[in-house]
Amino acid sequence: MLYFSKLRVFSVLIFTLVISYFTISNFTKVDDEFFSKNIKLGLDLQGGSYLLLEIDNGPVITQRLQSKVLEFKKFFKDKDIKVRNFVIEDKSIIFDVENSKIEDVKSLLDDDKSEINPYFQQYKSHQFNFENMDTSFKLEFSDYGLVLLKNSSLDQAIEIVRRRVDEVGTNEPNILKRGNDRILVELPGLDDPGRIKSLLGKTANLTFQFISSSSEESFGTEKLSFEDGSSEAIVSKRIVLSGDNLMDAKPTMNNQTNETVVSFSLDRVGAKKFGKATSNGVGKRLAIVLDGKIISAPEVREPIIGGNGQISGNFTFQSATDLALLLRSGALPAPLNIIEERTVGPDLGKDSINAGIMSLIIGFILVVAFMFYKYRFFGLIANLALISNLFLLVGILTLFEATLTLPGIAGIILTVGMAVDANVLIFERIKEELKNENNSIVAFDSGYTKSRTTILDANITTLIAAVILFFMGSGPIKGFSITLGVGILTTLFSVYFIARLITAYYVIKNKHKEKLI
Amino acid sequence: MKTIYFNKFYKSFNILSGILIIASLVFLVFKGLNFGVDFKGGTLIELRTDKSSANITKIRDSFNQMNLGDVSVKNFGNETDFVVKFEKQNSNDPQFIEEIKTKLSNSIGTVDFRRVENVGPKVSAELLRSGVIAIALSLAAMLLYIWIRFEWQFSLGAILALFHDVIITLGVFSVFSLEINLSIVAAVLTIVGYSMNDTVVIFDRVRENLRKYADVKIFELTNISINETLSRTIITSVTTLLALLSIFIFGGEILKGFSLAMILGVVFGTYSSIYIANPVLVSLKVSQRTIVKEEKE
Repeated sequence: MLYFSKLRVFSVLIFTLVISYFTISNFTKVDDEFFSKNIKLGLDLQGGSYLLLEIDNGPVITQRLQSKVLEFKKFFKDKDIKVRNFVIEDKSIIFDVENSKIEDVKSLLDDDKSEINPYFQQYKSHQFNFENMDTSFKLEFSDYGLVLLKNSSLDQAIEIVRRRVDEVGTNEPNILKRGNDRILVELPGLDDPGRIKSLLGKTANLTFQFISSSSEESFGTEKLSFEDGSSEAIVSKRIVLSGDNLMDAKPTMNNQTNETVVSFSLDRVGAKKFGKATSNGVGKRLAIVLDGKIISAPEVREPIIGGNGQISGNFTFQSATDLALLLRSGALPAPLNIIEERTVGPDLGKDSINAGIMSLIIGFILVVAFMFYKYRFFGLIANLALISNLFLLVGILTLFEATLTLPGIAGIILTVGMAVDANVLIFERIKEELKNENNSIVAFDSGYTKSRTTILDANITTLIAAVILFFMGSGPIKGFSITLGVGILTTLFSVYFIARLITAYYVIKNKHKEKLI
Repeated sequence: MKTIYFNKFYKSFNILSGILIIASLVFLVFKGLNFGVDFKGGTLIELRTDKSSANITKIRDSFNQMNLGDVSVKNFGNETDFVVKFEKQNSNDPQFIEEIKTKLSNSIGTVDFRRVENVGPKVSAELLRSGVIAIALSLAAMLLYIWIRFEWQFSLGAILALFHDVIITLGVFSVFSLEINLSIVAAVLTIVGYSMNDTVVIFDRVRENLRKYADVKIFELTNISINETLSRTIITSVTTLLALLSIFIFGGEILKGFSLAMILGVVFGTYSSIYIANPVLVSLKVSQRTIVKEEKE
């Protein structure tokens, strides 16, 4: 165990120096992306906001079922099968079929090549599962159908969320999928997430609908309230134009009224639709509806054909900017709920870094002093191993761009405390071996050999805990598991390569000295 | 070094441990744990006031007027810092926190919100579940590892020691109503690792000595092994405790609970490796035949 080939000494040295370089690169400035790597600080250290959003897929499911009903009606009409009494209830479609065609419908729905109920070979699943009782059919999304639907609405939503966050212009936001109905948004450096939250909380479904002339709600109209809650109006359900046709929107000042407005421009299809509707509707009031609330309902004085328009509605410059941003980024497929929020102010982050570094330095000094007191020269060897261990640990974290969190710093300090264990096990074993063995080289060698399984056992147990924590933990805790786990690997390296190398040189040089350790 | 007769006190310390475990379980069942917002849901605000104006009573009164459910206010570190926790969480209303801040400034003067945590009921339930799973999984993984590496008598001893440490540490948290949050789960898992580590070192020695000394009774043999590894046990727990104490004292308020749990865990872990794990070997009458038989198979 004490023999090292020249090649091995060389590679240990190079490896240690290269990795240690990345520890130092945290404190220096070099004009190269790779060589000036810095460790990434978690939100709890640099300050910032963590938001977990959940899609409320209920409305999407209903919407999808509605369009499916239309598809069904057309499909069966083409096949000359009479179906009736379509109802959407409890996330399923229910309809009746004429008696003679029950079997036909069944086979149409159950066929592997079904046009109306697609079959996914690799998942052995149709889009819909169905039940049949007498003449009645009940269809609901199969598990896989639901997953498909959720994934597509999540993909859309994440795109919209990204656009909105980017438009606000925070630095390096992190937007990730979580499961099939959640989005994680990390916003470093943002200590007041209020604005982003209000932007993400809006679906931003914009529609233009005419105000109905009748004062009673009837078929084809709905009652909507104004945004400011002042009054209500009966609005035609027919959508003249929706936000999908919007190309651009920005806040501007209306020169005539001196009011802040949002001006928008439409794409060609939208401009055409809008022009036609406004030509027919001169004199009527056109309601501008956002997420089921009327922003304003101006009277159409003349046809608007150019595809440009303005939305007024008692905006401040800020609220006009936000509305324009929402319209530009598009509507979310479904409402998003914020189900978890964690925000850390930048000065608390700074305080945490300082406290973390302080306790690392003090913990390190205490451990080093204690080891020197206990083992003298070999304490120095263990301490040297400990120092290179720290450099390797921080270097690897930097190199792999791991995120350092406050519990992560705690993990580094804990590694300092536990890392000496391996060297202690070895030294104690050597002491025992020296009692019955006069040749110190043999004693040192067997000290290393005999303690090896114990050291591996002891470290594997901690590594198991770290790995489980890595997979089960979130955010800051993950940071802890990373430093703890990587710390074990660097500990083993520093003990078996660095400390053993120095020990070997020392022992071979001083083999005739009494009381080596 | 002088031999210490740890084995003389196996019985008395086993009784003590038994009492501590029962007491811990009683507290865990009847008093329960003080779950933080991570696991209970709700809102946590860490705030800093300008020096003169605020004290706990004043802050609590102003929060109570806001209709937020159960409110708890605690001093956090120095006298201008407070942590406020309440049941209501309304992260979907973007103005929720802002409104609280405005109301609070009106009644107690300038405040700075240093940290806000807002956890919905669904998320907190999931976090609790994954925390429990993580701890259970780590115990199972340790059991599996030690079962592969050692004979079943040793596994049983190590696992009992592990349960002992986790239960008593949680018991202390229950007695003093210390907050259980995500970082405590991390601490418990690390305790599990550490306790196992400590036990394994002694057990490795016991097994080695079983091979060496055929006619020494396990009662003495455990004591020899404990003594032979004692100086390592002491040095490692001292260095680990030094590191942890440094976190506890200088690492800031956020890491206090975490480092306290770890300190307790290291102390109990060291103790249980000697006084729980080894007596189990004694009462299971482990002898040279135990390991020789296993090895033949």
